[in-house]
Amino acid sequence: MSTIAPPHQTFPTTPPRLRHGSPARIPLSRITRVELRKSLDTRAGFWLLASIGIASVLATGAVIAFAPTDQFTYSTFTLAIGFPMSVILPMVAILSVTAEWSQRSGLTTFTLVPHRTRILLGKAVATVTIAVVSMLVAFPVGAVGNVIGSAIHGVPTVWDLGVVDVLYMVAGNTLLLMVGFMLGVLLRSSTAALVAYLLYAFVAPTLLTFLAINQAWFADLQPWVDPNVSQDALFRGGLSGEQWAQLAVTTLVWLVVPLAVGVRALVRSEVK
Amino acid sequence: MITVEGLTKTYGPTLAVDDVTFTASPGRVTGFLGPNGAGKSTSMRILVGLTRPTSGTATVLGHRFTDLPNPGLEVRVLLDASAQHAGRTGREILTLSQQMMGLPPGRVEEMLDLVGLTPTESGRRVREYSLGMRQRLGVATALIGAPEVLILDEPANGLDPGGIRWMRDLLRGHADRGGTVLLSSHLLHEIEVIADDIVVIGHGRIVARGTKADLLAGTGTLVQTRNRGPLVAGLDAAGVTFTDHGTPYAGAVTLRVDADPELVGRLAHQADVALLGLRPADGAGLEEMFLDLTADTQRESAA
Repeated sequence: MSTIAPPHQTFPTTPPRLRHGSPARIPLSRITRVELRKSLDTRAGFWLLASIGIASVLATGAVIAFAPTDQFTYSTFTLAIGFPMSVILPMVAILSVTAEWSQRSGLTTFTLVPHRTRILLGKAVATVTIAVVSMLVAFPVGAVGNVIGSAIHGVPTVWDLGVVDVLYMVAGNTLLLMVGFMLGVLLRSSTAALVAYLLYAFVAPTLLTFLAINQAWFADLQPWVDPNVSQDALFRGGLSGEQWAQLAVTTLVWLVVPLAVGVRALVRSEVK
Repeated sequence: MITVEGLTKTYGPTLAVDDVTFTASPGRVTGFLGPNGAGKSTSMRILVGLTRPTSGTATVLGHRFTDLPNPGLEVRVLLDASAQHAGRTGREILTLSQQMMGLPPGRVEEMLDLVGLTPTESGRRVREYSLGMRQRLGVATALIGAPEVLILDEPANGLDPGGIRWMRDLLRGHADRGGTVLLSSHLLHEIEVIADDIVVIGHGRIVARGTKADLLAGTGTLVQTRNRGPLVAGLDAAGVTFTDHGTPYAGAVTLRVDADPELVGRLAHQADVALLGLRPADGAGLEEMFLDLTADTQRESAA
C-alpha cells in the first residue's frame, strides 16, 4: 500500500473564471510543439530517438571497419546510416498516433483539442520535424565517417552525393515515415501497426520480387503496384518521368487513400 | 451550465443512452447516479465529444463542446484517472496540459501543491502511482485551466476516506464560487452527501431528476414492529398501501407505508400493535428505486 501525504485542506486556487468573450483558439504551432514534446518525454520515446543517433554512429563504424576500400564513398555511409533510420522513424510516427489509444492518453488529448484532425496534423508535422532533424544529424555523422575512413585506409575521400541526392533521401525517408503514420492512424494499435509496417517494408518486397522473377507479366507491372520499388528508386535518386508517375500511383494507392480512410474512421471513432 | 437534450446512443441493437435530458446549473453540484453500465460514462463522453451521439444535443456553457476554442480553460473533464501514458511522470503530464492550454508554467507547481503531490511523487512515472495518486493528478489536470465547468466520472474511486472528504470539499468549494460541477457515481451515499441536484439513470434512461431535497422528501413512513400480521390488517382496513422494507433483525420487520407517521401511529394504536420504530422515510423511495435498478442490472449480468 502506498501512503499518500495528507492533502492540503485549503483551496487557494483561482476561482472559476466567469469570463466575457471566449479565449483564443489553440494554434496549430502549439499543438505541434506539445506533440513534439510527447514524442520525447517517455523513456521509450527518448531511446527510440536516441537509437537513431546511436545507430548512425554504429553504422558509420561498421562501414569503416568492414567495407572494401574501393567503396569508401560518402553514399556508402549515408546508405548504411539510412537503413536503421528507415525502420526507426516510421516507428516514431506509429507510436505518436497509437499511444493515444494504447496508453489511453487520447482521453486528455482529444478533450483539450476536440478536433482530431488538428491533433493528427500536429503529430504529422512533429514527426516530419523529427525526421528532418535526425537526417541533419545523420548526414554530418556520415561525412565525418567518410573523412576518417578514407584517412585510415589511405584512399582519397570521395563525395559522391549532391544536394539533390540528399533531398531525394530526405523525401524517401519522409515518405516511409508517412507510411508508418498512415498505419498508426488506420490501425490505432501499436502492435498491429508495427507488424504491418514490418510486413510492408520487409516481407512484401521479397515476396513481390520473387513473384516478378517468376512471372513475366508481373515484372512489368511491379513498379506501378509495389510501393517499395518506386520508393527505392527515390532513395537512389535521379528519377525519370515514368518513375515519378509510378511513385505518384503507388503513393496514392498505398498512402493517400488508406490515410484518408483511416483519418475518416479515426475522427468518427469512440475514444474510450 | 450543462444542457443535455434528448441524447440517444445506440450500439447496433443496444440502446446505451435512451433519450437522456437534464441540466447542471452553475453554483450547484449535480450528481449523476446510476448502477454500473447504466449509461453514465457514455453520456459524459458524448458531452465532451469523445463519442458521437446517435441523436440529441449536449452543450456546455451554451456551446457544443467541440466549438469551444480552448476547452480546457472553460470545461475540464476527468473520465478515467488511469488513462494516462504510464511512462510519463506526473509533473510531465501536468506540464503537457499547461502548455497546450497556453498557461504560465507556474500553474504546474500550484496544482501539485493543491492536490498534495510531493516533488518526489510528481517526479515518478505514472505506472508507479496508486489509484489515489492518479485521481489527485487527474484533479490537478482538471483544475489547471481554472475552468468554470467540471465533469468527473466516479472521482471518489480509489481514494481513501480522507481523500474522499478532500474531493468533496474541493468540489463543494468550486460550486460555491459559482462553478458548475457534474459528477457521477454508482453509490447513492456518495451522491447524497455532496450533490444539490440528482439525476438518476438506469438502463440508459433517466428515472428521476430533481433537487436532492425533493427527491429525498417524505415518501411515506418507515415503521418497525414484531407484529406484522395485525399491523398489516389494520393498514389494509384503513385502505393504506405499503411495501416491505426489509428485516432489521430476526423477528422484526420494517414496512414503508404511504401515509404520514401520525396516521400510521394511530392505526398501530387501534390495532393494538407495539412499534419498535416510526419515522418519516427520508430518501427511502430513492434508495428503493436505486436498489431496484441495481438488482435489475445484477440479474442481467448474472443471466
